[in-house]
Amino acid sequence: MSEEYILEMQDIVKEFPGVRALKGVQLKVRPGTVHTLMGENGAGKSTLMKCLIGIQPPTSGKIIFDGKEVEFKNPLQAMNCGITMIHQELSPVPERTVCENLWLGRFPMKNPLICDHKRARQEALDLFQKWKLDLNPDDMMKDLTVAKQQMVEIAKAVSYDTKVVIMDEPTSALTETEVEHLFSIIADLKSKNVAIIYISHKMDEIFRISDDITVFRDGEYVGTDRAANLDVDKLVTMMVGRQVGNMFPKVDCPIGDVILEVKDLASGRAFEHVSFDLHRGEILGFAGLVGAGRTEVVETIFGIRQKTAGQIFINGKEVHIKSPEDAIKNKIGLLTEDRRGNGIFGLLDITENTVMANLKNYGFPQNHKKMKEDAIKWNKAMRTKTPSMEQKIMNLSGGNQQKVLVARWLLLDPDILIVDEPTRGIDVGAKAEIHSIITKLAGEGKAIIMISSELPEVSGMADRMIVMYEGHMMGILDRNREGDTPFDSDEVMKYAHGEKNDFATAK
Amino acid sequence: MEATKKGFDFKKFMSDNAMWFVLIILAVALTIVRPAFLSIANLTTLFTSESIKGIITCGVCWTILSKGIDLGPGSVAALSAVISASFVQSDDALSRLHSIHLPAIVAIVLAMLIGAVVGIIIGWLVAYTHIHPFIATLGSQLICRALAKMYSSAPVSNLDEGFRNFAIYKVAGIPMVVFIFLLIFIISWFMMTQCRFGKNIFAIGGNDQAARVAGINVEKNLVLTYMWSGICAGLAGALLAARTDSADPSTNGLQYEFDAIAAATVGGTSQTGGVCRMSGVMSGILVLGVINNGLVLLGANDNLTQIIKGLIIVGAVVVDMRKNAKKP
Repeated sequence: MSEEYILEMQDIVKEFPGVRALKGVQLKVRPGTVHTLMGENGAGKSTLMKCLIGIQPPTSGKIIFDGKEVEFKNPLQAMNCGITMIHQELSPVPERTVCENLWLGRFPMKNPLICDHKRARQEALDLFQKWKLDLNPDDMMKDLTVAKQQMVEIAKAVSYDTKVVIMDEPTSALTETEVEHLFSIIADLKSKNVAIIYISHKMDEIFRISDDITVFRDGEYVGTDRAANLDVDKLVTMMVGRQVGNMFPKVDCPIGDVILEVKDLASGRAFEHVSFDLHRGEILGFAGLVGAGRTEVVETIFGIRQKTAGQIFINGKEVHIKSPEDAIKNKIGLLTEDRRGNGIFGLLDITENTVMANLKNYGFPQNHKKMKEDAIKWNKAMRTKTPSMEQKIMNLSGGNQQKVLVARWLLLDPDILIVDEPTRGIDVGAKAEIHSIITKLAGEGKAIIMISSELPEVSGMADRMIVMYEGHMMGILDRNREGDTPFDSDEVMKYAHGEKNDFATAK
Repeated sequence: MEATKKGFDFKKFMSDNAMWFVLIILAVALTIVRPAFLSIANLTTLFTSESIKGIITCGVCWTILSKGIDLGPGSVAALSAVISASFVQSDDALSRLHSIHLPAIVAIVLAMLIGAVVGIIIGWLVAYTHIHPFIATLGSQLICRALAKMYSSAPVSNLDEGFRNFAIYKVAGIPMVVFIFLLIFIISWFMMTQCRFGKNIFAIGGNDQAARVAGINVEKNLVLTYMWSGICAGLAGALLAARTDSADPSTNGLQYEFDAIAAATVGGTSQTGGVCRMSGVMSGILVLGVINNGLVLLGANDNLTQIIKGLIIVGAVVVDMRKNAKKP
């Protein structure tokens, strides 16, 4: 038995009824390192982690932790032994304080009957201080940002005297500064000899913090290497098993007439003074930090939020959009940011999810045959991978769910398609496919608004880019059609951090 | 991931139709112990006695599907019963509330309208003020019961034969009320599986945010859901009066909503919303009906019936939760 590894997983097989999710994979983690797991969605990374901490015990295989063979029946056992997982979707109790969330299920007691609130609070404070976490134990969980909630989870993890921390896409909802802070916490953990298993799709992050990288594909182990020996191209090839073409297949297409005009739009305190126009065939990017008000702008255009000032014109005529229903009547589609929250109907199948925004077209009684034909046609066009059209959408990977949702909007044939973080949490292969579909739609004369927190994505795709900061537009940038870089990223960052403002007088 | 083999999924079939198998087992067991169970007379009694609750269940299951609940139907039935009955009292009835006389069919429609109005008000409250359906319909339960008692302090009886025939007229030995129940069931099934309204409610119950983004008018559909539940309750009330020749404001429909919620739940309608199959609802109605009927045949104590019903409801929910927890 090798002493070199804190954790070894060998020949792990996990079978679900009818599906072999893991086909004998391995993982070896060295203490005090960041070990990144990579692979497309559905490759088996999360499943492997669930096997490890006992949420879904493996069908067969061996787990050696700290020199001993272990088999955890539930996450609590794993935590007590020193393996904790910080889930992608955090599960706090929103109506309780940070302190109570931290000690959830193991609150310090004075005696078997009475809680020791004083000790709980003091130990929480000690913990936060030791790990330099900027948290107040008395805050309500629901008032915290996602980043802070994550810190509570990290605090919980380290409070267990943990040796391995699993982080499942921890940065997907964080701003840049918050990410920096997380990385410094990770460095701290490393220095205290804690190993981190890190799951992410963001290449730049991965190369910044990883020591080792293991790649999975379709439930199989592809390989492990030191991060220093790898680069983006090699990694992508390992993950996809083929060379991925251009990540941003931007094709220049003729820009047509103005289709959408927004004048001085505002919605409460979320954003104000937003004005822009959108042409047929154009991809208009929205850049900015998380919380800059971009999502709120498109939600207002789509009628999810009510505008408090300003006007919206479509084809020169003023429209009053009060609900998504109105927006759809005006041929606007919105692919929302929060796929699970307001995108998919998890319990319904692919067909139903595809046609859900378009039920008016299936008459009375509803024509199920046509529904299925349409669903097959558009999901084929989207190259959705699914065993059947009757599959519940919650059983698909994130990338495939997103493709079904794109199919839903394409079926409506909108003139204006708004996509909010269209590739969040999606693997590279699906990402490139979604990019090429967006470009193709623009080529067909549709107008696209694209929000993304990944600057390379907006830069790669957009014809023009609006940068927002704290609810205000800071600048509109045109694509530089000559030269290598379509947008000057330093300049975009200056706008995005409010250091530069072309509309200073408009405030 | 590898695809599951296509074709007949035996496990899924079994778990989807578990209550039908329970029903068959119960029926076989009862027949062995009391052969009278399988007699046409007894089965007719069984269906007749479950029909009115069945109609209410056909409405209530929609509210549960939409992630809500309706506690009002029993009281709504009482209210619609006394009002509609008062318009079809025979001229020789001893105590008449008023002398206005309506044709039987108009009285039935009136009963449904009363239910619809209550349903629209509740639906509006739930959809636009966002108060919890439990509270909104608890309010309607209390208010409608009180209104029924205010309308008539004593049972309204001596009803027209034309009105009574909606429940008791027999075709091939089977009372009309059974056919009306089946009609309502089929309408409910048709709306749920074949109409846009049904799909909308599945979407709203499953994920109301996503439903809104998909352009579904969540508020309007919720109002329609509670309206439908109200219509069913109103119709049930009129039929109850017709069947017993008496509309009693204090006992009519008492606790029927709980039997309806129980039947829908046993039939696999999930309290978390977004899951409901009408065939399951029917199996739930019949299982509870067979238990009622069977325990009468066995001469069992009424309290025992309640205990067994309680156990089956809780058991069904446990099974349902386990089924949904098995997500990979």
